[in-house]
Amino acid sequence: MEHYVNLAIKALFVENLALSFFLGMCTFLAISKKVETAFGLGVAVIVVQMITVPINNLLHNYLLKAGALSWAGLPEVDLSFLGLIVFIGMIAAIVQILEMFLDRYVPALYNALGIFLPLITVNCAILGGTLFMVERSYTFGESVVYGFASGAGWALAIVLLAAIREKLKYSDVPDGLQGLGITFLTSGLIAMAFMAFSGIQL
Amino acid sequence: MNTESKKALFEPLVENNPIIVQILGICSALAITNKLAPALTMSIALTAVVVGSNVAISAIRHHIPNSIRIIVQMTIIASLVILVDQILRAYAPEISKQLSVFVGLIITNCIVLGRAEAFAMKNPVWPSLLDGLGQGLGYSAILILLATFRELFGFGSLLGHQVLPLSSEGGWYVPNSMLPLAPAAFFLVALIIWGVRSWKKEQVEEADYRIQVVHRTEP
Amino acid sequence: MSPADDKVVGNGGRPRLRDLPNDSTTKILVVATLVCIVCAVLVSSAAVLLRPIQQRNALLQKQRDILTVAGLYDRTADLDQQFKQIEAHLVDLDTGMYSDDGDALQFDVASAVRDPNASSRIPTADDLAKIHRRAHQMPVYLVRKGTDIDTVILPIYGYGLWSTMYGYVALNSTGERVKAITFYDHGETPGLGAEIENLRWQALWAGKRTFDEQGKVALSVSKTRPAEGWADYHVDAISGATLTSVGVHNMIQYWLGEQGYGPYLSRLRDGGA
Repeated sequence: MEHYVNLAIKALFVENLALSFFLGMCTFLAISKKVETAFGLGVAVIVVQMITVPINNLLHNYLLKAGALSWAGLPEVDLSFLGLIVFIGMIAAIVQILEMFLDRYVPALYNALGIFLPLITVNCAILGGTLFMVERSYTFGESVVYGFASGAGWALAIVLLAAIREKLKYSDVPDGLQGLGITFLTSGLIAMAFMAFSGIQL
Repeated sequence: MNTESKKALFEPLVENNPIIVQILGICSALAITNKLAPALTMSIALTAVVVGSNVAISAIRHHIPNSIRIIVQMTIIASLVILVDQILRAYAPEISKQLSVFVGLIITNCIVLGRAEAFAMKNPVWPSLLDGLGQGLGYSAILILLATFRELFGFGSLLGHQVLPLSSEGGWYVPNSMLPLAPAAFFLVALIIWGVRSWKKEQVEEADYRIQVVHRTEP
Repeated sequence: MSPADDKVVGNGGRPRLRDLPNDSTTKILVVATLVCIVCAVLVSSAAVLLRPIQQRNALLQKQRDILTVAGLYDRTADLDQQFKQIEAHLVDLDTGMYSDDGDALQFDVASAVRDPNASSRIPTADDLAKIHRRAHQMPVYLVRKGTDIDTVILPIYGYGLWSTMYGYVALNSTGERVKAITFYDHGETPGLGAEIENLRWQALWAGKRTFDEQGKVALSVSKTRPAEGWADYHVDAISGATLTSVGVHNMIQYWLGEQGYGPYLSRLRDGGA
C-alpha cells in the first residue's frame, strides 16, 4: 500500500511532469491566464491521464513488448518499435471518445471544457506519462495510481501558475518581459520551489 | 533565392520564432539544453521531422478527409519520428540514450503538428519544405544558444571538451551549478525573450492593466 | 519516401478515386488504409533492417565497458580481439556455482528479471537496491593470468535518485579489493548525481577493501569521515548528490552481500574457481 502512496507522492511533487520534466509546456504557458480555465484544463488532463496510462499499459504488456504475444502463440515477436504510434493513436481515440461521451451524457461539462479536450491529444504530458510508465515497467495497479497522480501533479502546477499570473496582472512588469517573459520567470521560480521535494520518501 | 523563400527560411529566426513568439516546442527546449551535443542532435532530428512531415502532408493535402485529418497527420508524423529514433539507435546510440523520452516527444512537439495544420495543409510541397526548414532553423537557433550557455557556464565544457578548467580539477573556474538544473532554463528563455523584445518592439505584448500616475494638486 | 509512394499508388489505382469528394465513406476508408500501409511498411522495414546494427552496437558497448573496468581497453585495437581476454560465465546467485546455462555475454538482465521463471521477487526488507526482482543467475566476467584468476568483473545495478544506475565493479581474485568501478547507464541529475561517471570519482574506488574480518560487506559510500583505520573501506560521497550516493552505497551492499554475489565470492576466496 505504501508503495502506491510513495508512487503518488513522487508523481505529484518530486517528479512533477510540468515542473521537473517540462512536459505540456505549450498549453501550460498559454492557458494559465485565469484560474478557472486552468482548473478546467487540469481536470481534463487528470481524466485523460487516468484512462490512457492503464490502457496503454495493457497494450504494452499484452501486445507490444518482447514476448507479449505469447498468449497468442507468438512468443518470438517484439513489436515495441510500434509503441509510439500505438500509444498516440490510443490517446487520440480516447480523447475523441471522451468528447463524444461528454457531449451526449454530460453536456454541461462538455461545454465547460470546450476547446481544451481536443488540445489534450497533443499535450506532451499525456504521451510523456505513458512513455515513463513503459520505461519504468509499471504494473497495471501502478499505472492507475501513476496516471492519476501525474495528471494531478500537472493540474496542480498549472493552477499554481494561473493563480500567480492573476496577481501579476496588476504589477508593473518591464515591457520586454510583459506576458510570456514574466511567465517563464515565474515558472522557473515555481520549479525551484518544487525541487525542495526531491528526495522525500515515505 | 526569391523573397518568398527567403521569408520562409529566415523569418522564423527572430520575427516568427517558434519558441519565443509562437510558444511552440517549449518542452524540449527546456529539457535537453543541458549540454550542446544532445541539443544539436535534437535540433537536427526535429528539423528532419518537420521537413519530412510538411512535405508528406502537403503532398496528399487535397485527399485527406476532414474527419480523419488530425489522426492522419499524427500517423505520418509518428512514423517519421520512429524512423528517426531507429536510425539514431543504430548509428548514434550514446546520444540516443540521452535523448530517450524526448525523441518520442517530437511527435507531440507542437511545432510539427502546428506547422502541419497551419501551413502544410494549405500550401504546395516546395513552400512547405522551406517552411519546415525555416521553423526548424528558428527552433535550433534557440536550442543552440541555450545549450551553449548552459554547458559552458554550468560545466565549463563545450561538446564534451573542457574549455574552462574546473576548480575541482585544479583550475580556476567554479561552475554555476544552477545552470544544469531545471529552473535555469526558464530564466534563460525569459532573458532571451526580454532581449529580443527590447530589440524588436513590435513583439511586446499589451499589458491588461497599466498603472496610472495620478497627479494631485496640493490643496 | 512517403509522398512519392502515395502519388504513385494514387495514380496507378483507380483514377476516379482522386475525384471522389473527401468526406465520402469510400475515400475515408481508402485514404486511411493507404496511409496505414505506407507508414507501416516504412516503419517496419526500418526496425527490421536496423535491428542487427542496434544489437551489434549494444554488444560492442558492453564489451567496451567490461574491458574499461578491467583496465584492458585499448582504443586503437580491434574490440573483438581484445575481448578474447575476457572469460564470461553465468553464475547461479544462490549457490555461487557456475550454471553456464546459456550465453553469458548475450544474457539480458532486464528481460531475465521480467521472466517469472528466471527471477524471483525480493522481499521489501531485503531490497536494499530497490530493484524489486532478482534474476536467478547473473553473468560474471573473469580475466585470467595464466590459469589463475586475476580480475573478477561483476555487473551491478540499483536505484538512485531518478533512475536505475547500471555499472560494473572489478574486484581482485579473492574479491577482497576493488580494482575499478564504472557506470554505463543511468538517469541521474547532470552535474550532480551524474558525476558517478566522473573518472576522478571512480578512481577513488581503486584499492578499497570490501569485506571485514567477519566476512560482512564493509565497503561504504558516505559523506561522513570514516572511523580510525576504516579509510580503506570508505569512498567519499559526491557532494550535492546525497541520494545518488546512497543509491550507490545500497547497490554495493546488496550485490556484494549474501543476496547478490556473496556466495560466489566466498567460493572464490576458498579457492574454488
